[in-house]
Amino acid sequence: MTIRINKVAKGTGLKAIVEEMSGVSLDACYQCRKCSAGCPVAGPAKSAPSEIIRRLHLGAGDELLENGLVWMCLSCETCYGRCPMQINFAAVIDALRSLALARGSKVPEGNMPLFNRMFLANVRVFGRSYDLSMIAGYKLGSGSLMSDTEKFPTMLKKGKMAILPPSGADKKAVRRIFEKAMPGKGKKQ
Amino acid sequence: MKYAYYPGCSSHSTARDMHESAIAVACKLGIELVEIEGWSCCGATAAHQTDRILAASLPAANMLLAKQMGLDTVVTCAACYNRMKVTNHEVSSSPAMRARVADVVGQPYDGSVAVRHLVEVLLEDVGIEKLRKSFTHTLGGLKVAAYYGCLLVRPHDVTHFDDAENPTILDRLVDAMGGQSVDWPGKVDCCGGGLNLTRTEVVVKLSGSVLDMAVASGAGCITVACPMCQASLDLRQKDMQKQTGRRYEMPIVYITQLLGLCLGIPPKELGLNRLMVSPAGVLQSLALKA
Ligand code: SF4
Ligand code: SF4
Repeated sequence: MTIRINKVAKGTGLKAIVEEMSGVSLDACYQCRKCSAGCPVAGPAKSAPSEIIRRLHLGAGDELLENGLVWMCLSCETCYGRCPMQINFAAVIDALRSLALARGSKVPEGNMPLFNRMFLANVRVFGRSYDLSMIAGYKLGSGSLMSDTEKFPTMLKKGKMAILPPSGADKKAVRRIFEKAMPGKGKKQ
Repeated sequence: MKYAYYPGCSSHSTARDMHESAIAVACKLGIELVEIEGWSCCGATAAHQTDRILAASLPAANMLLAKQMGLDTVVTCAACYNRMKVTNHEVSSSPAMRARVADVVGQPYDGSVAVRHLVEVLLEDVGIEKLRKSFTHTLGGLKVAAYYGCLLVRPHDVTHFDDAENPTILDRLVDAMGGQSVDWPGKVDCCGGGLNLTRTEVVVKLSGSVLDMAVASGAGCITVACPMCQASLDLRQKDMQKQTGRRYEMPIVYITQLLGLCLGIPPKELGLNRLMVSPAGVLQSLALKA
């Protein structure tokens, strides 16, 4: 496979910041591709862990934040689990995601960032996940109102989806955590 | 046997059956699960995909509550288990992380609270022998595919759960119940759960492949210990059918539901009525212990 990268200017690649954010050094990767062989989404994402690492080696910049694997990665940790050099690539992907959010990269298909925002917004308010509200928020925001609608009545009937918001969490403690960890973020839904 | 119990958010939502069966089984075996008062969400995937400090602070706050109780923490959700273990690893291996988390949570946490999945407690603290003696029923030779997924076994140097590529904890429990754990290649594959709402087609593909492997092994049901795996496999069988044209009727049952049945607990108390795919086949093979 040929890898093309848009080298913006010397020294501006993402490798250093990704390594710092994730605490993972990529220098030991020797491209054996065990990580990619085990990655369940390398096919649909049209990219693979070892390829991302190689791109970083070669000085890839912000364009990498729009690579399909960034938001399709399932955090299944198979790449990390099988790497002979114990490179925690799942942590690298998490760093790329944080960077993509910070730098306002293009919204990926399925809008996982919206899903995460809705999830965390509910946790911030209730101290626990409130699936019904989170799903409604995500569906409204992503315009995917009609998908899975046939499942909700059954789930409600079978008690697999709580109607009332969760209670019992130490909400004050949770709010403090959000305010301290991500100051100024996630206040509005 | 007394533990601090962290139910996790799904216990009151998509995985009520997991929670119900865990409590019922623990009661029957004399395991005391004391719910951590004021527990909050572990942050799940959404937190670690967003911010590393947030992702460590949410579990740390809960483990600090458990620490005050002076008990090991027991969880039933594989995702909570994973997030707590990763947090313990991060704060104990990085002083910088420890300092950041202490600042965010408001008190220092050293990563010392032991976190265990209920199945580890069942196998290690209760033990197969005692379990066997407590069973009133057997699975009557039912073939069961034990499915572990990702979050229990990986990353293995952090979770230390059984074996990374060929775990057998659930298989051993199945065999002790008089079932037959099948040898199959899907044990530690990913169900795709993280993309359940956002990229459903990927979940259908990955869960479909797990299901196909289980069918090929001759299993009459799949047993799980993770609410995401349960939801993906149970909820999406109709969607898989649309994609592959094959008909699936595979019950996806929590290991605690199987254990509960063998302990003589009525199906309803184990939340078996909540499954999407009927567990009738499982119930039919249930037999009184000779
Ligand atoms: S398995 Fe490890 S060493 Fe091999 S290509 Fe992947 S990251 Fe590099
Ligand atoms: S953690 Fe992500 S990148 Fe690694 S194998 Fe799993 S899906 Fe692929």
